[in-house]
Amino acid sequence: MKKNYRTRATLVVLALCLVAVSFLTACGNAASDGQNAAEGTGLEGKISVIGSTSVQPLAQMLADEFNIKEPKVRIDIQGVGSTAGIKAINDSSCDIGMSSRELKEQEKNSKVQEHVIALDGIAIIVHPNNDVQNLSEEDIFKIFSGQITNWQELGGNDGEIIVVSREAGSGTRGAFEELLNLQKKEGDKTISLLIANALIAEGNGAVLANVAGKENAIGYMSLGMVDQTKVKKVAVNGVEATEQNIKDKKYSIARPLLMLTQAEPNQATKAYLDFILSAEGQKIVAEDYIPVN
Amino acid sequence: MKKLRTKDAAITVVIWLCALLTVSGLLWLVIYIVANGLSHINLEFLLSEYKGDKHGILPMILSTCYIVLLSLAISAPIGIGAAIYLVEFTKPGRLLQIIRFATETLAGIPSIIYGLFGFIFFVNVLKFNFSLLSGALTLSIMVLPVIIRTTEETLKAVPLSYREGSLALGATKIQTIWKIILPSAIPGILTAVILSVGRIVGETAAVYLTAGMVTRFATSVMDSGRTLAVHLYMLAKEGLSFEQAFATATVLIVTVALINLLMTKTVGKIKKTMNSR
Amino acid sequence: MLNKHCKSRIKKLRLNRFWEYIAERTLLLCASAAIVSVLIISVYIFYSGLPIFGKAGFREIVFGTEWKPLEGQFGILPMIIASIITTLGAVALAAFIGLMTAVFLAEIAPAGLAKIVRPAVELLAGIPSVVYGFFSLIVLVPLIDKYLGGGGNSLLAAVIILIMMVLPTIINIAESSLRAVPSEYKEGSLALGASQIQTIFKVQIPAAKSGIIAGIVLGMGRAIGETMAVILVIGNTPQIPTSLLDRARTLTSNIALEMSYAEGLHQEALFATGVVLFIFIMLLNIAVTFLFRKAGEGS
Repeated sequence: MKKNYRTRATLVVLALCLVAVSFLTACGNAASDGQNAAEGTGLEGKISVIGSTSVQPLAQMLADEFNIKEPKVRIDIQGVGSTAGIKAINDSSCDIGMSSRELKEQEKNSKVQEHVIALDGIAIIVHPNNDVQNLSEEDIFKIFSGQITNWQELGGNDGEIIVVSREAGSGTRGAFEELLNLQKKEGDKTISLLIANALIAEGNGAVLANVAGKENAIGYMSLGMVDQTKVKKVAVNGVEATEQNIKDKKYSIARPLLMLTQAEPNQATKAYLDFILSAEGQKIVAEDYIPVN
Repeated sequence: MKKLRTKDAAITVVIWLCALLTVSGLLWLVIYIVANGLSHINLEFLLSEYKGDKHGILPMILSTCYIVLLSLAISAPIGIGAAIYLVEFTKPGRLLQIIRFATETLAGIPSIIYGLFGFIFFVNVLKFNFSLLSGALTLSIMVLPVIIRTTEETLKAVPLSYREGSLALGATKIQTIWKIILPSAIPGILTAVILSVGRIVGETAAVYLTAGMVTRFATSVMDSGRTLAVHLYMLAKEGLSFEQAFATATVLIVTVALINLLMTKTVGKIKKTMNSR
Repeated sequence: MLNKHCKSRIKKLRLNRFWEYIAERTLLLCASAAIVSVLIISVYIFYSGLPIFGKAGFREIVFGTEWKPLEGQFGILPMIIASIITTLGAVALAAFIGLMTAVFLAEIAPAGLAKIVRPAVELLAGIPSVVYGFFSLIVLVPLIDKYLGGGGNSLLAAVIILIMMVLPTIINIAESSLRAVPSEYKEGSLALGASQIQTIFKVQIPAAKSGIIAGIVLGMGRAIGETMAVILVIGNTPQIPTSLLDRARTLTSNIALEMSYAEGLHQEALFATGVVLFIFIMLLNIAVTFLFRKAGEGS
């Protein structure tokens, strides 16, 4: 009886140990992942990329392409927003921070390098059934600040405008409000003038989905991600939102897409960035965005 | 009397209508989603990766499995141990009350609070970052009350005569638990485990904030991974491919239905074994 | 010889007792895991959420109506109101439908039909919340937009989807408390000439009252804590809603929406939102514990 019992007890202890050990090895593996360059001359390592949801799809496409050349570099991309990305690189909790707006003064840090990887326009989008083709910057300002509330005032159908905006912290929203001056200074604070009843959509895709589903909606999103089968782009001050017009600086609502790194990034990170800025990388950028050189 | 009867009849109709409403709500949802999703489900969708042109959900299925296994590996032993302690060792009193209150509280905390907690504690304080491990640890706390409660119920259902018989034969308490009580409670423990699997598979808010949303194959527990439920949320949020979203939702519904079926089976088995005693 | 035998026997017993002691302590450790978890969770949520109440002011946060986190305005009154409205609205309707369905399952349905309805209710309980959210985003929101206008993303959409989500909780608990009513009550009432419906509403439901209410309160907990279904349909506008068709933002969606973006004070404000939600939940939990205890005494 006793012996039997003891065998079982031993078994339990063994099982527990096994669980513990497998855990530790798993953790250990992860920790040593980037270090044991065992075979081949290929680069190895893990790059953690955090930040803007507008840059995320581009970064992912570039990473997929980069992985064909350097299969052993693992690139983890999390789209959580520009502000979070800037913060992450400032406290070194990632290798690359992504931002879809310029950094604010207080966010700048001498240890962090900025790399412009692409230019992107912010398109103003409406439902395909909407008759309005062109809006002046002032119109857009008035719509988003709530001074114009019906499409009739702009020559469209009678219908209350549903303003679709982004969540606080979004780089696209930050850039949009800054470019259209949709904010006012009060002391050292900048206050957004966005109409209070705006629908808040999380992410570019959600803006697209909301505008595509509502006839009277208007929204703004990264030009590179506009799906023209679902929504319609509106011209601003008579200028169409196209890549050429942004390159020629005719279309005014545009911003840089940034990648932020430490002053001396590790090898893998450097290789990834070099790839992005190479002719090959910029060709991928050019598929949806505006290359920088 | 006649008036009473018409009143009764009216109430009966209302009751039938309410039951019908409940069932039809469910049918509407399930049929709508499965009808739209089924046509997009094929082997390629289930078994390819999510990269470039490929929109498969294999990485998400695997991440979901990893998270389920990892969470259960942590919470099942602890939960079962806790249930044994509660049933076999404690006498009614303060300690029992406190533990019971704690379990109830854990059961009542919404998943977003778990997510918030996991985000500060596991992701930031313990520096596990967005990883399967952070997600699993968070979820294992979340399913702890499910396991404790269900196991407790089954242990209580084991007849007292079993314990008395075993103790009378000279077995120690631990021997009794290990050789007599646990074996007869196995179906119940299985139910607890299946219940938790269902809960973990369906969880979004808590996983989203702790395990991240990377769509690559996870190779270690420190990798970030996207579970099926999180994937559906991302697809719905991004609104770019409703086809994939419908298909993912269908996979989720089918999984849950299978889990429920499995559970009905084990519960049936428990009843049978109990009756045969 | 005898002595030797006794000694080894005593040794054996001692060893057993030692093992027993170790096992018991290990199990105690397991049992305290629940307590430890609750403590750590509470401590961390409060530790991260309370400081902002000192910095920005309790009144400014809990009774403030402006949520502009990047500009230092952290009023979460609109979210509190939206959470309360959606929860109460959903639970009020779900309580009625759920109780009737429970009566149906426990008393009225033919055995064969109950065998179909019960698994349906279980499936309803098991479907992940994000599936509910997706469904109502695709189906309910356009329907509301089409027939009632206003874009569709609204309190109403959230209320409808929450009804479906809390129904199983209420049905399950109400049904088992109805079944727990001693059959003598029912038999007595029927023997006195009361009809089945009269017996259900005048005898059985009153007898099962505490359990039913506990189920409803539990449903409230589920509704107020629901995140993923609500975030997709409610529009997330941080404004005090004035009608059911208005967009609004609940406490939970506030956290999930901005958590990954937030830093500094903004993040603390989201934790403060968590603290407020946590307090609501604790109050509901205490109510449930109390009600269940009462239900236990009653039967």
